[in-house]
Amino acid sequence: MPTIPSPLPGVFYRRPAPDQDPYVTEGDQVTEGQTIGLIEVMKNFSELKATAGGTVKEFLVEDESDVSVGQDVAVLE
Amino acid sequence: MSGPPTHRVLVANRGEIALRVIRAAHACGWEAVAVHSDADADSRWVALADDARHIGPSPARRSYLDIDAVVQAARDSGCTHVHPGYGFLAERPEFARRVTEAGLTFVGPSAEVIESMGDKASARRTAEQAGVPVVPGSEVVADVAAARAAAADVGFPLLIKAAAGGGGKGIRVVRTEDELEGAVSTAQAEASAAFGDGSLYLERCIEDARHIEVQVVGDSHGNVVHFFERDCSVQRRRQKLLEEAPAPGLSPALRDEITDAAVRLAAEVGYQGAGTVEFLVEGERFYFIEMNTRIQVEHPITEMVTSADLVVEQLRVAAGEPLSVAQEDIVLSGAALEFRINAEDPEQDFFPSPGELTRFDPPTGPGVRVDSGFVAGGQIVPYYDSLVAKVIVHGRDREEALARAEQALTELTVDGVVTTRGLHLSLLADEEFRRGGVTTTWFEERSAAPAGSTPD
Repeated sequence: MPTIPSPLPGVFYRRPAPDQDPYVTEGDQVTEGQTIGLIEVMKNFSELKATAGGTVKEFLVEDESDVSVGQDVAVLE
Repeated sequence: MSGPPTHRVLVANRGEIALRVIRAAHACGWEAVAVHSDADADSRWVALADDARHIGPSPARRSYLDIDAVVQAARDSGCTHVHPGYGFLAERPEFARRVTEAGLTFVGPSAEVIESMGDKASARRTAEQAGVPVVPGSEVVADVAAARAAAADVGFPLLIKAAAGGGGKGIRVVRTEDELEGAVSTAQAEASAAFGDGSLYLERCIEDARHIEVQVVGDSHGNVVHFFERDCSVQRRRQKLLEEAPAPGLSPALRDEITDAAVRLAAEVGYQGAGTVEFLVEGERFYFIEMNTRIQVEHPITEMVTSADLVVEQLRVAAGEPLSVAQEDIVLSGAALEFRINAEDPEQDFFPSPGELTRFDPPTGPGVRVDSGFVAGGQIVPYYDSLVAKVIVHGRDREEALARAEQALTELTVDGVVTTRGLHLSLLADEEFRRGGVTTTWFEERSAAPAGSTPD
């Protein structure tokens, strides 16, 4: 199954802002290039984009927790 | 020798500024208590403090920005004072208020002063009351119609700015009337999201100006003095890259006017503590833009040219003592520059470069000072800002300071992360920079130039 790895070390966020809805939730359809979260590194925010299209099966990284380079953040099917 | 210290300061910050405050506290005979997140448990400033408190997990929002945790740490560790450093909670009025409510002394101005200077529209009004020139602009505008009416007075190009703004958020450049409506709504949305307040005002866009700021310190006895000015015009996306003091080529008359204006503004609000009044300077004219109610990253260059210890002054003033110097005792001597060595890759659009400092050899030598929170083997973690070290140099004149800067930056060795060191060396070799007096757009225009402009 395809996965979406983080290209950066940092903190993973599922929401654009604390008071907003997550970009996507389990079961959602995503297209390649769609933003599924943010990675914060040294006060810079980068969008984490789907590397392929599919259905989001699960997130492997909790919201607001650490992620390392290459670590899989989500699984698609 | 005196007895045990009666003052104990909680250092509500991390990195080089935490270490800077700890050193100043010790110089005053105070004790210093560090706070740290998970990621910073083994840090240099924690080791050098008299006591340390863990305040939460690594993300700043859950540690250094957690007001409850920081105030609790101050109370639990028996502190009398709290120094906020810069960034994090330093300019949050609610933090100053909570510290005071806990029966402790905040090292800085009152919550009310932080609040009134933090609101840009109210700071402009205060400046006008003090007879300090402000960038021509409007009061807060409620909607697009009001913005249109105000724009007719202000003229184009103009800036739309968030009243509660900071850090470049909620700012839009508007060149024509057609762009106004869209810019008002996006700036309003951005300001609401970032600051919880969508209030906007308009300001004339001054495009070719220098960013010159004046260091002031006030005490609780009604004294306000200035420690001359710094030139912080070398900026990228409104972030300062390097700073120098004094501002090269500034006429003595303009220096007198701008420093007087800064002192008048600080006195107008009864300012206590260290603060910086920022101006745009266009030829011989200057305009107030904002006041930073805290110690700043670039304070060491002012210390180099005035022999002051600004953090010690902050602590003295917070303890109710008068300033250690009168205005006539503060004399400019020589020239100083500060280079921010950030873990960023200038060749990759300044992309952050976290990692382990596998090697870190700071420069030494005459007129060289390095402020850093790190030693070799330390980690530049992704949670906080990218500052690895500040290389500060002083010379009898600007020429000597530039030569010492080149030597110092050549000696500096940092391995394990990519830094801005090479960029600074290329700036030092740039003829326009060496002449002095570049404006705030200079760096980005230089970077956009086709040839001979790539940092090494």
